[in-house]
Amino acid sequence: MTIIEEAAPVPAPREGEDAPLLEVRDLHVEFVTREGVVRAVNGVDYNVHAGETLAVLGESGSGKSVTAQAIMGILDMPPARIPQGEILFQGQDMLKMSAEERRRIRGRRIAMIFQDALSSLNPVLSVGYQLGEMFRVHHGMSKKDARVKSIELMDRVKIPAAAARVDDYAHQFSGGMRQRIMIAMALALEPDLIIADEPTTALDVTVQAQVMDLLAELQREYNMGLILITHDLGVVADVADKIAVMYAGRIVERAPVHDLYKRPAHPYTRGLLDSIPRLDQKGQELYAIKGLPPNLLRVPSGCAFNPRCEKAEDVCRTQLPELLQVTERDGTELTGRSSACHFWKETIHG
Amino acid sequence: MGRYVARRLLQMIPVFFGTTLLIFLMVYALPGDPVQGLFGDKGGSPQVIAALRHEYGLDQNIFVQYFNYMKGIILHADFGTQVASGRPVTDVLGDAFPVTLRLGGFAFVIEVVVGITLGVYAGLNAGRAADTAVLLTTLLLISVPVFVLGFILKWIFADELQWLEPNVNDPTNYGELVMPAIVLATASLAYVSRLTRTSIAENMRADYVRTAIAKGLPRRRVVTVHLMRNSMIPVVTYLGTDIGALLGGAVITEGIFNIQGIGGTIYQSLIRREGTTLVGLVTILVLVYLVASLLVDLLYAVLDPRIRYA
Amino acid sequence: MPDMTKTTAVATSDDKSAPTPAPQPVKAEKARSLWGDAWQDLRRNKVFIISAVMILLLLTITFFPGWFTSANPEYGDLAKHYLQKPELGKVFSPEWLGYDQQGRSVYARLIFGARASIAVGFGTTVLVTVVGGLVGMLAGYFGGIIDSALSRLVDVFFGIPFLLGTMVVLNSFPDRTAWVVIGALGLFGWTQLARVMRGAVITTKQSDYVQAAKALGASTTRILFRHILPNTLAPVIVVATISLGVYIGAEATLSFLGLGLNGVSWGNDISDGGSQIRVAQWIMLYPSIMLTITVLAFIMLGEAVRNALDPKTR
Repeated sequence: MTIIEEAAPVPAPREGEDAPLLEVRDLHVEFVTREGVVRAVNGVDYNVHAGETLAVLGESGSGKSVTAQAIMGILDMPPARIPQGEILFQGQDMLKMSAEERRRIRGRRIAMIFQDALSSLNPVLSVGYQLGEMFRVHHGMSKKDARVKSIELMDRVKIPAAAARVDDYAHQFSGGMRQRIMIAMALALEPDLIIADEPTTALDVTVQAQVMDLLAELQREYNMGLILITHDLGVVADVADKIAVMYAGRIVERAPVHDLYKRPAHPYTRGLLDSIPRLDQKGQELYAIKGLPPNLLRVPSGCAFNPRCEKAEDVCRTQLPELLQVTERDGTELTGRSSACHFWKETIHG
Repeated sequence: MGRYVARRLLQMIPVFFGTTLLIFLMVYALPGDPVQGLFGDKGGSPQVIAALRHEYGLDQNIFVQYFNYMKGIILHADFGTQVASGRPVTDVLGDAFPVTLRLGGFAFVIEVVVGITLGVYAGLNAGRAADTAVLLTTLLLISVPVFVLGFILKWIFADELQWLEPNVNDPTNYGELVMPAIVLATASLAYVSRLTRTSIAENMRADYVRTAIAKGLPRRRVVTVHLMRNSMIPVVTYLGTDIGALLGGAVITEGIFNIQGIGGTIYQSLIRREGTTLVGLVTILVLVYLVASLLVDLLYAVLDPRIRYA
Repeated sequence: MPDMTKTTAVATSDDKSAPTPAPQPVKAEKARSLWGDAWQDLRRNKVFIISAVMILLLLTITFFPGWFTSANPEYGDLAKHYLQKPELGKVFSPEWLGYDQQGRSVYARLIFGARASIAVGFGTTVLVTVVGGLVGMLAGYFGGIIDSALSRLVDVFFGIPFLLGTMVVLNSFPDRTAWVVIGALGLFGWTQLARVMRGAVITTKQSDYVQAAKALGASTTRILFRHILPNTLAPVIVVATISLGVYIGAEATLSFLGLGLNGVSWGNDISDGGSQIRVAQWIMLYPSIMLTITVLAFIMLGEAVRNALDPKTR
């Protein structure tokens, strides 16, 4: 597997800030189960700079969440294990750090927002307590000061009547408000990086946009890196700078966000784009990628996507395609673009 | 909350009357006669028996008897008279109850402390050797009947090793109560640790625990603040219902170690067929049980804010 | 009740904008039922195999005691002084496990005593499952006033400590046959099953297929017995199996108190042996071991079945 050096992200390149905030290199994660070893992540590379948003796209089981959990250091080991790879945070490999060092990074330097805020918040502790805990544990703040800070935070994420609701419990809030509380908790200590794992999936469509906008706004304000994990291409278009598409534990395509929408270089990405409902196609049958995501215990040989791919040929069933730099017809490299398809040229150029 | 307490108290009223009526029927309506029991196998003269039956009101309709008995309890806190001694049941209880309360309380403390500690330890190590060891030991402890355990412990520690007295002479001495309390607590302790273990192991996989870890909280805090409180909810429920079982189990433990508590008194009145004493004692136990389960329900509300008592 | 079909439904409807997998024929992966899955799991489970073998052995002993000993458990030969120690080398002979204070073979009594425990255990379990199951089903299905009334009734019986209640009842019967003991244990044991059943029925009642059956105009009895009952069996069977062991222990405890079954039973022997424990431990030891193993076997079986039926642990 070759590692492709990425140039600075296409929109808004920043000077003097070449070193990425977070760099994942050739990461492998396996789960030891009764039925065998499940290779959930097979050599993933990606990076995020400060102020940048990386969207990681994929179906469930693609390894996108497992990668995020490996970065956070919240995988259950065992059954999980990381046989290979590096996770560099500000140049330091977190996989080589002690448990205590990693704990100090969690929550303070890297924070995570989970999908289902109702189950992710402790049901028997007030939200104020759970927010205040960040300040009390990491900064040794008193209970009283932490409470004041919690109210501030709740105001910050636009929860109405924050002072009155600080002692309420998670179940007393609406879905959107709960997710705001999760965001507030992640933001509490102004971390350098936020990982949001499907932050809006559990919400109503109208609320989704509000929560997404809030997240993007706060990210700009604090100049944080953001890894946005989602299966929903519709969510990422407005907020992401670049996208990595994952399939069966590997990145199959990488591109700046608008390039990807315009010209996908992998049949899987194309399938995802075609299955987004569009107003101008009203009344037509919606495209769907045929088949199901692969069982990770029995990943098809060659390209894992080949059984579902309309363009698959013999080489796809035998040879694993590498993630290669994508070029124009004339051979000029497309910045930040790569694809793991034997037929990427045909896919992107037509 | 106040309304909830009121509603629960109201619900308790039919249960209280139902339970006491049930006890009453069991003691008086089933074959066998408490007065006949007074005379043992020889049997008394019919006249004497009839007179006694009249004195205790046993010649009346069973429901009239029940009504009169309840009236006595509610109006005068009169739980009846012990047939053998002629003393009020409340007096007899005054002697025996503190003994059982001490024994039961001691057992309860052992059950809670040891049971929860073992359960948390096993749950945090779910799937490992320590967990398996706790699971197997507790399974064995559940399967050994209490009286077998009592006999064996008594034989080993009192007869063979002579570390402890075989019988309890002074029930105010906690040293003497150690062995009986352990015997009484064993089965419940095993249940508590298994319940705690399951609850902890299940909640360890809960999303909010993952959140707590992702927040960078120290493991100790994750366990004590986030995991424990959620996991204790089913355990508390069990502990509440177990108070009745502990008092009932005292019959056996007190028998083995010759303790003059409520269990012994109940057993004696049972064998002597002293219906009024029996009804009085069991009624009081039921009251204790009902109050305990109410307290547990209230504690439940404190532990779990999701339960709204409208 | 774990409902496999439901999870699949949720998983597909979740992916509204994501790639919607084309509908696949179900037969692709052979659909297995909850019980089929559980059976696959149990066949490989050591705990299940061990407990099942122990229970089969116990049942054989119960029904064919003659296969295991030719000695009469009631025949006391005072010449065989009870201080004569067990001769552990003479496996399966009357003197194998020694004699009791009346010169009766401890081994023979062990074999013939199984019958009392098994009879009371199974009898009580059947009784409480039928009565408790019925009450729980009615309360859970009809709800409202019926539920309130039946729940209070359960509370009334639950309010009396189990052991005390059975003691009081049994004390009234000088002639305590297995039926009497079963009745007394059942009288206070059905409440647990009723609560389990009520909970299971309430859960099942809300499921889509029961709602669908109702909408299609199925009769109440049909819904109860064809749709709800099969789906409440799992928790009921688990609780019933475990309580079978518990009732066997309870019968022995009652024997210890002098309120158990008349005749040969482990409980009676343990109780008798208890007073001789300083001089002749074997009189009490062997029936205690048998009793413990029996209780253990049923509890282990119940737990193995519970784990197999619970997809979360798989």
